[in-house]
Amino acid sequence: MSGLAILIPVALLMGLLGLAVFFWAMRHDQFEDLDGAAQRILIEDEDRP
Amino acid sequence: MNALAPITGEQVPAAVSRFVVPAIRCAGCIAKIENGLSGKPGILSSRVNFSTKQVAISHLPEWGDDQLRREIEALGFEAQVLADNPLAEERGSTDRLIRALAVAGFGMMNIMLLSVSVWSGAAGVTRDLFHWLSALIAIPVIAYSGRPFFASAAMALRYGRTNMDVPISIGILLATGLSLYETATGGSHAYFDGAVMLLFFLLAGRVLDGMMRDRAREGIGALLRQTATGAMVFTEDGSTRWMAARDLRPGMKMMVAAGESLAADGVIESGSSHFDCALMTGESEAQPAGKGDRALAGTLNLSAPVVVRVTASGEDTSIADIARLMDEAGQRRSLYVRIADRAARFYAPAVHSLALLAFGYWMLAGAGWHQSLLIAVAVLIITCPCALGLAVPAAQVVASGALLRKGVMVKDGSALERLAEADHVLFDKTGTLTLGHPRPVNLDTLSPTQKQIALALAQASRHPVSKGIRTGLLALAIEPATLEDIREQPGQGMTARWNGVSVALGRPEKSEDHLSCQLTVGPDSVILQLHDEIRPDAAEAIATLRALGLPASILSGDNIASVSKVARALGLTGQASASPQDKVDAITRLTAGGHRVLMVGDGLNDGPALAAAHVSIAPGSASDVGQQAADAVFTSESLMPVALAIRVARRTGRIVHQNFALAIGYNICAVPLALTGMVTPLVAAIAMSLSSLIVVGNALRLNGAAR
Repeated sequence: MSGLAILIPVALLMGLLGLAVFFWAMRHDQFEDLDGAAQRILIEDEDRP
Repeated sequence: MNALAPITGEQVPAAVSRFVVPAIRCAGCIAKIENGLSGKPGILSSRVNFSTKQVAISHLPEWGDDQLRREIEALGFEAQVLADNPLAEERGSTDRLIRALAVAGFGMMNIMLLSVSVWSGAAGVTRDLFHWLSALIAIPVIAYSGRPFFASAAMALRYGRTNMDVPISIGILLATGLSLYETATGGSHAYFDGAVMLLFFLLAGRVLDGMMRDRAREGIGALLRQTATGAMVFTEDGSTRWMAARDLRPGMKMMVAAGESLAADGVIESGSSHFDCALMTGESEAQPAGKGDRALAGTLNLSAPVVVRVTASGEDTSIADIARLMDEAGQRRSLYVRIADRAARFYAPAVHSLALLAFGYWMLAGAGWHQSLLIAVAVLIITCPCALGLAVPAAQVVASGALLRKGVMVKDGSALERLAEADHVLFDKTGTLTLGHPRPVNLDTLSPTQKQIALALAQASRHPVSKGIRTGLLALAIEPATLEDIREQPGQGMTARWNGVSVALGRPEKSEDHLSCQLTVGPDSVILQLHDEIRPDAAEAIATLRALGLPASILSGDNIASVSKVARALGLTGQASASPQDKVDAITRLTAGGHRVLMVGDGLNDGPALAAAHVSIAPGSASDVGQQAADAVFTSESLMPVALAIRVARRTGRIVHQNFALAIGYNICAVPLALTGMVTPLVAAIAMSLSSLIVVGNALRLNGAAR
């Protein structure tokens, strides 16, 4: 029983954390341009400071 | 990677303009546009959206949209100003559904975790604790994620009707209430997992449906062009000033340069020119017009600048008349009821009475109200309308995704259902059966040098003939020659110097045919013939449609000579010189004769017909009005996508019917179990997820449907 007292809150908190991150990502337009994000890693911008 | 320029001085509110740049294809394009724009003073930042092929530029107010467009074009990309997309209004509703789905998914996983321990034999205090924890998670989750269903059910009940959301809402609320009572009294069965799982599956269906609509909207939004939104107007002191279309008033005089389209209806005061009325009437030949002639909003001035006195603006223009006609025509279509809703009409009352009967029977049999209610709730949960709520949208999303990869954007699920029912097809001519823009047909007669010069000259002009020549030459991979001193004389053509020789591309000296063009290099000259050609595989596409049981005919606003030419070439019958009202009447006649008409058209004048037909498709080159009125838009040059869309829609219909059969079969097995009180929460959870997986799996078979 004492194990449950720790494990259940931990499981719930981790789930809530994931949910919060998903909500944050949605609010900050992280899913707006998925193809563009894949392309952008190919841009070389060494001339930037 | 936002390219931010340093902001100096006082803060000025920045404006954001959006452009469509269809040619963005790789990372290099992104870098080129963003870096190219960032250096300019007054441009604060630019951001490319690769998925939607759009560029958003945040800039100081002194930059006009037109200047910014020229900046992008200077970087080597064709760009169009993006008007506020009229289709994008409901965008937020899918976001809300996705949030609800995420919350339901979180709740479902955690409650399932607790439920599995209960099913594996947790008893006494532990079971009660787990039930309480489940309740603690389930109640806020249901309150948040269930809102779309509760709101829709409440709306239906308020108008004295019932829809699919009513049994869902009653089932979820009853299951939650009863489980709460069970938990409080230390009972052995709680249905929190079932209720949340039901929500999760049904929300998944709604999200799929919403995502499909959004995807088509984004695609079509990217094709929408901004038509003339204003005009240069003469003020009292004789100078000219830019005015937005909504501020134009009858009596004002506007200056319309060659290559511009008219923002309002009017009468020509001075000058004479040719007008391209293809969008308004479907007429492919340019119409000459001089002093005193009427010119309509939306037509394109081709050859020379004219001064036009405004006679009607905004709401009174002929474009607005077409919009009104379209509104009236579109109301008929809104009477269409989707398959899932038609099924729900029988399903919802059946489920209600079944649950009520079970409750009544067990009460009479003396099982006590608690046991009877438990059985009634089990019936409501087990008859979960997964086929209606999940399988139909899943099938339609998979099918529309397959079509999207082939360049057909279907606006929503009901469009797919109506496509499957179509049994007669009407084609507009200009821009639908033909490409809608002139293409050179005798490029082979030119020498390589002449081609290079022609391309260099054509690139500098916005005249439709120049655009046609440019498209034709670029397809042959010709490099433009280097010219000096390029000039455009409105109505006459382009002149320049090449290696000291004067060169010109313009109106032929002898011919009156406005679609041919003369290229002069020094003393030599060649005539380029241009035709509005029939789409490359129009004949095959029409044959395929006939094989699918859809006879075709032409319904065009163009004159009888050009219509009969195309009709003969394709072996079709046709009606020529049809006004927008005539087109609607023709469709009404066919509909009255029991036909379900598929209209394929592109112009403004097709708008009412597209809205009046049972289902409609427009090419990607269509006018904004055409694309908004149509149920689907295809982007390729070929007409084959029309036949493909019909085939995929019919296969989707078959899969949907199979899913209904599966769902009914499942209910025939499961409902007797529920009625006899043998459905525990464990059985409900297994049956529900299994049936959902089966129907979704069946829907996924459509993935290869468009091959």
